[in-house]
Amino acid sequence: MLVKLSLSVNGKPVSAEVEGRTLLVDFLREHLRLTGTHVGCDTAQCGACTVHIDGMAVKSCNLLAVQAEGASVLTIEGVAPAEGELHPMQEAFRQHHGLQCGFCTPGMVMSALDLVKQHPDPSEEEVRAGLDGNLCRCTGYQNIVAAIRAGARALHG
Amino acid sequence: MHSFIFHRATSLADAAKLLKQAEDPRLLAGGQTLIAAMKLRLVAPTELVDLSGVAELAGIRREGASLVIGASVRHSEVAASDLVRKSIPALAALAGGIGDRMVRNRGTLGGSVANNDPAADYPAALLALDATVHTDRRVIAAADFFRGMYETALESGEIITAVHFAVPQAAAYEKFPNPASRYALVGVFVARTDTGVRVAVTGAGPGVFRQAAMEQALSRHFAVASLDPVEVPAETLNTDMHASAAYRAHLVRVGAQRAVARIA
Ligand SMILES: Cc1cc2nc3c(=O)[nH]c(=O)nc-3n(C[C@H](O)[C@H](O)[C@H](O)COP(=O)(O)OP(=O)(O)OC[C@H]3O[C@@H](n4cnc5c(N)ncnc54)[C@H](O)[C@@H]3O)c2cc1C
Ligand code: FES
Ligand code: FES
Repeated sequence: MLVKLSLSVNGKPVSAEVEGRTLLVDFLREHLRLTGTHVGCDTAQCGACTVHIDGMAVKSCNLLAVQAEGASVLTIEGVAPAEGELHPMQEAFRQHHGLQCGFCTPGMVMSALDLVKQHPDPSEEEVRAGLDGNLCRCTGYQNIVAAIRAGARALHG
Repeated sequence: MHSFIFHRATSLADAAKLLKQAEDPRLLAGGQTLIAAMKLRLVAPTELVDLSGVAELAGIRREGASLVIGASVRHSEVAASDLVRKSIPALAALAGGIGDRMVRNRGTLGGSVANNDPAADYPAALLALDATVHTDRRVIAAADFFRGMYETALESGEIITAVHFAVPQAAAYEKFPNPASRYALVGVFVARTDTGVRVAVTGAGPGVFRQAAMEQALSRHFAVASLDPVEVPAETLNTDMHASAAYRAHLVRVGAQRAVARIA
């Protein structure tokens, strides 16, 4: 049975009919072709699928699309201020070499943006604790932590 | 996951009615446990009844000597709530230590309590704080509510509306998280109340339980040293790939010591 769904994605209104069992991540990737949101584990462990719902970071592989009814969804495609520009947090990841293969990066950035709302100038420990839900198989986290602290300063400094 | 019919309940009465009419329904709260279980086809409900639009399940408030938290309140809300931090800071800290940021932004008190995972955090708080689980039908004491692994006193179609926590004099929760899942390898909640000391343990056994010997020792004299002579039997505790029963018994003691040290 199809369910009517209307929400906002990256500031634009979206209406669709989806199956109840469609995951939010599949809706974003397959229906809307927003493939910046990645699926690393599909079991709510790795955080690669992190997006924001009404400003809060969530794992879109562990949510139904219909749970985002009426909500405002933000994906990595929607964070930059304009085409061809980077958001200060993305720029910090670039500057600090906070990525290698880049697979975890969209989720890291989305998680970091939620984290710095709570901790505008996070300590190293706060960043590490705040990244509990995001796994990276390449970097060893060192530069991700540095990037997020720099990104926070760029945003709030 | 198998397909199902999706309903958005508009009120508590509406949710109850939808549950009654459906063949094999499930309530959907944050979905952090249920959706994973459905993806694995461990459960395959024919209908889902989403509670997110049910206003009666929202909100945190003080009612006399109790702190009342609605079933739909998310872990991140509890962690950030000034009222919870003022009334029972240990409960706010517990909620802030569940899973990770994204799980806390979705997972709810009602979903966690209904699920009664043997390694979940909230059950320890409910048992130690002598909480009552309020449903659309009745009030259930925490001691009667949790019935071993993933089992509760909930009847078919019964909906948790809120949990009432008795505000203690002081309390602390000490958790040794499994480094991968963040669930409790062992979690110990110690509460000092007007009627004595209560110690509840999660993660260590097949379900949450009270550590009576520690409670007696601490009720006589509330100090870390009071725990020294208390035996922590390992026979009833879990052994799995993460820890042996003997190690868990050790963590129960260390967790209790740390929690008492923080209160005393
Ligand atoms: C990666 C990860 C890490 C986690 N780590 C921890 C942790 O460290 N500690 C911890 O305690 N938990 C942890 N959890 C579980 C988390 O706390 C879940 O949020 C919780 O177990 C279920 O809450 P929910 O709101 O998501 O419920 P759902 O998944 O929506 O529902 C769970 C069950 O409860 C039933 N239910 C829901 N609401 C009600 C209600 N009002 N009345 C009756 N029945 C109801 C549902 O039908 C379902 O059977 C983790 C989860 C994940 C994915
Ligand atoms: S893909 Fe969602 S948490 Fe890994
Ligand atoms: S950069 Fe490769 S997974 Fe993080």
